[in-house]
Amino acid sequence: MDLLAQADTAVDGLKALGAGLGYGLAAIGPGVGIGLVVGNAITAMARQPESAGMVRTTMFLGIAFTEALALIGFVVFILLNFT
Amino acid sequence: MSSAVVERSPERDLAFDMARRSLWVFPAWVVVSGFIWGMGGALSSALGYVLVIGNLAAAAVLMAWGARTSPVALMGATLGGFIVRLAVLAGIVLGASQLSFFEPVPLAITIIASHLGLLAWEIRYVSLRLAAPGLDLQRPGKEQK
Repeated sequence: MDLLAQADTAVDGLKALGAGLGYGLAAIGPGVGIGLVVGNAITAMARQPESAGMVRTTMFLGIAFTEALALIGFVVFILLNFT
Repeated sequence: MSSAVVERSPERDLAFDMARRSLWVFPAWVVVSGFIWGMGGALSSALGYVLVIGNLAAAAVLMAWGARTSPVALMGATLGGFIVRLAVLAGIVLGASQLSFFEPVPLAITIIASHLGLLAWEIRYVSLRLAAPGLDLQRPGKEQK
């Protein structure tokens, strides 16, 4: 009985650890991606200031799509932690 | 840098457009969640929707400020804002998980579906506008402003 309770606690602990690690790891890729998107957008705006509106529109959508990956990690964090 | 060229903020326009479009779908999804998961599901879906729209609006405001200020501010606002927004989202959900109505499944579905759905919806219009800037996307018969 005591062993079962300990196993349950260990599983809960591992789930929380996995959720936290998963969220953190899932944020690395989008962080790199957003850096690339913004860096290239700034280069484009510096080269062609007249196209800044179009570049910023594309940049915002690109960032939002990239961020979806981090949100998927966030959702996995929610599901692992609270279900 | 770009403030002299772009007076209006495309980021804010996009975020406002997405929030406006989501008003058509969101109430129906809250009702569906209420039927499936009960009152807790409806409230959790509403929370997920508020998180997604708030996240997009915060990103838009930060980027618009950064673009108005300088390229360094744009980079800092975008990357710093990404980290801060993720932390705020996690904080809000961890706080909400202590409340009695909290349902993780409808919250998770709402966050992913509304974020991706709104972006896909918006990109249809944006791609049309970028491909043909002079194209009038108003419906036929609708009065022009």
